[in-house]
Amino acid sequence: MIRDNDIKNTDFKFIDIGSMDTESIVRPSTSYWPDVWMRLRRNRLAMTCLTIIAVLTLLAIFAPILSDYEYDATNLSKANLPPCAEHWFGTDSVGRDLWTRVWVGARVSLMVGLVGAIIPFVIGTIVGAIAGWFGGWIDMIIMRIIDVGLCIPSMIYVILIILYLGGGAKSLIVAMAIMGWMGSARGFRARVLQFKNREFALAAKTLGASPKRIVFRHILPNILGNIAVGLASFIPSVIFMEAGLSFIGLGIAPPMTSLGQLASDGAGKYRTFFYQFAIPSLVISIIIFAFFMFGNCLRDSLDPKLRDQMLINGRRGRKDMAGKKVSADE
Amino acid sequence: MRRYIVRRFFISVVTVWTIATVCFFLLRLLPGNPFLSTTIMKQDMVDKMMRYYGLDKPLWQQYITYMGNLLRGDFGYSLKYAGRSVNYVIKSTFPTSAQLGMQALFFGIPTGTLLGIISAKRRGKELDYAFNALSVIGISVPSFIIAALLQYILGLKLGWFPVAQWKSFSHTILPTLTLSFGIIASHCRSMRTLMLEVDQQDYLKTARAKGLGETRIVFFHQIRNAIIPMITGLGTEIAGLLMGSYVVEKIFSIPGMGSYFVTSIQGLDYTMVLGLVVFQGTFVVFANFLVDILYVIVDPRIRIS
Repeated sequence: MIRDNDIKNTDFKFIDIGSMDTESIVRPSTSYWPDVWMRLRRNRLAMTCLTIIAVLTLLAIFAPILSDYEYDATNLSKANLPPCAEHWFGTDSVGRDLWTRVWVGARVSLMVGLVGAIIPFVIGTIVGAIAGWFGGWIDMIIMRIIDVGLCIPSMIYVILIILYLGGGAKSLIVAMAIMGWMGSARGFRARVLQFKNREFALAAKTLGASPKRIVFRHILPNILGNIAVGLASFIPSVIFMEAGLSFIGLGIAPPMTSLGQLASDGAGKYRTFFYQFAIPSLVISIIIFAFFMFGNCLRDSLDPKLRDQMLINGRRGRKDMAGKKVSADE
Repeated sequence: MRRYIVRRFFISVVTVWTIATVCFFLLRLLPGNPFLSTTIMKQDMVDKMMRYYGLDKPLWQQYITYMGNLLRGDFGYSLKYAGRSVNYVIKSTFPTSAQLGMQALFFGIPTGTLLGIISAKRRGKELDYAFNALSVIGISVPSFIIAALLQYILGLKLGWFPVAQWKSFSHTILPTLTLSFGIIASHCRSMRTLMLEVDQQDYLKTARAKGLGETRIVFFHQIRNAIIPMITGLGTEIAGLLMGSYVVEKIFSIPGMGSYFVTSIQGLDYTMVLGLVVFQGTFVVFANFLVDILYVIVDPRIRIS
């Protein structure tokens, strides 16, 4: 029971407001991308994958340059040597140094993977933006072309391009570009439609911004996360496809090499010269694995909704998030 | 519903026509001709061959003839193997490829889905990690490596199955396992994701609140909803099997379509490439068509919109 006369003015005391500083922001403010990077950096798996990718890329660039052997120099007196101090990965059936060949092959595989994934995404983004922003008959035509184009099996594109340009990294990249843009254009268009009539787009339009500016400066940053994830998951599938095509003899043609081709050479000899099969297979599997897992981690980091959960739960939160991966194709 | 089917059917037909037309012209406009590579042939002989196969006629005339024949189901004759028709090649090799693909699908999809369901139910436990690791391996290791490993372990070391060729059912087991490994991996992964997604839905909370048993919830509420988006992936899965099966056919020396495809591309065998491309294209396009219809039948929500 509190009676009026229980509380007196003397019970209260003035506190100097100057010493409190409750309103000031102590922590530096963070924007979306630094935030993503922060989350990514805390993810041990993502960092491991990134390191693997970086190391393999550096090896692919520098190992052949620093090696004493040319990737296509044969030496029949030193054929089929097992890994030794002179030839770190051994030699193949015509005495070519496998250390050099594996990294030249990794160079081709990585290049096909990266360029073959980036080009279709850039094309897809531009086409999707045009279709989504302008709508009407332009949209109609583009979408019908994509409808039909996506129905055609990817093998057919690859075969036609290889017939025209011959085997090799270039034609694989062109084939990827021709069939890859449609999926990303469709996805990007849907996103543009989603953001086109939002208030910020409308505000930009009212201020007199050009369609190009609205799409690329205002809408694109909102979708960049999805694009990054799509790209990251497309890279391993391109590398995968290159390996398969080289294996059946439609990809990279000798004496140029790729990891898929090296592995397919070795696959016939795994009983006698196991290392010739194991080493390229291992390298290509590690590359695909690293890109794949990194793409998954990136997807988690890009989702702001998962952020608080992660900060609160720490490591457990990260494990739980493994269940929330959604396929990028959708 | 009927309008949707008609529209999808129309798109499918247009797609097949586009494949046939584009491939026809692209192949005919290629520099060189299939008889040039054989150096023994004299010029008049080459001319005769060109006349025999109708390659000396104007392009549009060839196109009309080809399309007419195609409508009657005639894919033409191989330019490399004398007297062997593309129809014959398809008839003798397609059943093998199809059997391999079907076996892989029928084994891979249920297995992968089951593993995904178990994984989702045992989330965060050992079994979940084991299946996760398995699916990551299945996704990141190319099939020819898996094939070689299976050949080595199950074929050579343990001697359970024959290592290559295509004669009896036991010969089909290793190729089927190889081909289904990737399918199992991707299905396990996506099924796990979908199961966990459905787990968050309100109707599942309702079912739990009603006091339904966990078994009933999983089988009648969760799986049924989780499985729907998997059906859309089926079309691409079938298309992806084509390429995967070429690799597997080569490793296990299976007399499927793959080897014909590769040799006919390398030998510029126009009609063979064209015939096989059109045949496989048609197959994939109509598989997609059926999958699309199936999707609408299974998910009533789409029918309304």
